[in-house]
Amino acid sequence: MSGKRKVKARVRSQRMIAPDIYEMWLSTDLAKEAGAGQFVGIYPEDKSHLLPRPISICEVDEEKSALRIVYRIAGAGTAEFAAWQPGQEAEILGVLGNGFPVDKGKGKKVALMGGGIGIPPMLQLAKKLKAAGGEAAIVLGYRDSQLFLKEDLAKYGTVYIATEDGSAGVKGNVLNVMEEEQIKADVIMACGPMPMLRAIKSYAAERKMEAYISLEERMACGVGACLGCVCKTTHKDAHSHVNNARICTDGPVFDAREVDI
Amino acid sequence: MNTKVKIAGVEFKNPVMTASGTFGSGMEYSDFVDLNRLGAVVTKGVANVPWPGNPVPRVAETYGGMLNAIGLQNPGIDVFMERDLPFLAQYDTKIIVNVCGKSVEDYLEVVERLGDTKVHMLEINVSCPNVKEGAIAFGQKAESLYDITSKIKAKARQPVIMKLSPNVTDIGEMAKAAEAAGADAISLINTITGMKIDIHKRAFVLANKTGGLSGPAIKPVAVRMVYQASHAVKIPVIGMGGIASAEDAIEFLLAGASAVAVGAMNFVNPYATVEVAEGIEVYMKKYGIEDISELIGGVKE
Repeated sequence: MSGKRKVKARVRSQRMIAPDIYEMWLSTDLAKEAGAGQFVGIYPEDKSHLLPRPISICEVDEEKSALRIVYRIAGAGTAEFAAWQPGQEAEILGVLGNGFPVDKGKGKKVALMGGGIGIPPMLQLAKKLKAAGGEAAIVLGYRDSQLFLKEDLAKYGTVYIATEDGSAGVKGNVLNVMEEEQIKADVIMACGPMPMLRAIKSYAAERKMEAYISLEERMACGVGACLGCVCKTTHKDAHSHVNNARICTDGPVFDAREVDI
Repeated sequence: MNTKVKIAGVEFKNPVMTASGTFGSGMEYSDFVDLNRLGAVVTKGVANVPWPGNPVPRVAETYGGMLNAIGLQNPGIDVFMERDLPFLAQYDTKIIVNVCGKSVEDYLEVVERLGDTKVHMLEINVSCPNVKEGAIAFGQKAESLYDITSKIKAKARQPVIMKLSPNVTDIGEMAKAAEAAGADAISLINTITGMKIDIHKRAFVLANKTGGLSGPAIKPVAVRMVYQASHAVKIPVIGMGGIASAEDAIEFLLAGASAVAVGAMNFVNPYATVEVAEGIEVYMKKYGIEDISELIGGVKE
């Protein structure tokens, strides 16, 4: 069976990896179809919270048919997820979104940039890029010295760190690291907060580099029907005809040149 | 066992429809449900020209429901007729097109364009709370509702459903105005205007400040209004508002609805429409009901 669907998954493990940041492995047959930069919608059990929470896929274990997600507690829904224990059944909707274009990094130098809770999808991407013969400089922006996923990412490329408070690596953001470490790349693939993505868009434009950025927005359906999570596009897209792409379906990964952020 | 219902001469294989705006034009949810199992697909609102809709954030979850302020983003009637209509026409389900506009002329243009198509019915959106011009401006006063309904009826080639807003003082009066102007049916409720404030940012959650509340939280209000409207008029009523299950749908039928629509709950359970249709049959078997018409308005007084 393939295609988008709502399935029952099972929690394999759950642990806190930094303050308010949790890692959960879920057993689900969706794992076989999941790609880097795609996401799943996870439903809270508490039915006063109706909507699926869009959470990016951090890593795929195809052998065990499991998905690793790393998420921050942002409200009641994610707080509920953090309390789930192994064996718990979880309803999830997936696999959603387009994912990163791994092919565009084949045989190239790729700068992977993750900021904060935008770091997790970089793991599966780094893994796939390495398998495709890409060479990755992995630039990670953290708030402080809680460097979650750093060790995992180091397996697939050279890791560089920026922290907002300067407690580890370069003080500042991912682009400060690019400058300071003189990192050269052909392609950028990034996920993180909007100010970071905006800066990357202009950084790439100035250097005529390709950049693929993963956007975030409040979502409802997750499958492209409700038009809740749109972003402005530079070209009239085929679906909306009003320069509004759906982040959940046409994205979340866009060519930075094609979105007006 | 008969689950067929007839509204304004159009026969539906069962009373389960999709609520406008929650199901696109069916394409997105055809991954999840067999559209052939539905009584009808009611499309997202279509205007004469493309509408960009409102800025984001457009959606926010609330207790047992959600707010939306999409602002009727749609690709316009040209794209709808080229892309969405042929897609829907492949299925053995009835097609109801939701029509929106900023002026009476906008509505009439869409209604006329659809005249020669395979569309079975038109649902006129005079109740969207999220756009500044048109829509709800026509649906909050009985006189303006009467006016636009009669103008649309004069041009429409298909039967016309007027979709009513719950944001009115007397729903019965609005239902009567639509009926008097010649509407073939009414549908209700559209969303209830609401608001959510982020106390940490001291800011509105929606860019539009207000949005339309939908989901299970509004169901009792919807059941009450369907009951009142169906007792005020003789034309059929299509009921909606927080339907999540067959039990919910049957409540609406008993209150007086001839058909029901599943809205926000498609987002929660993409299989909801078909599960509601199947659950109604289970209920009918359990209570030995031969014909679904026995349920319509069947609540004991």
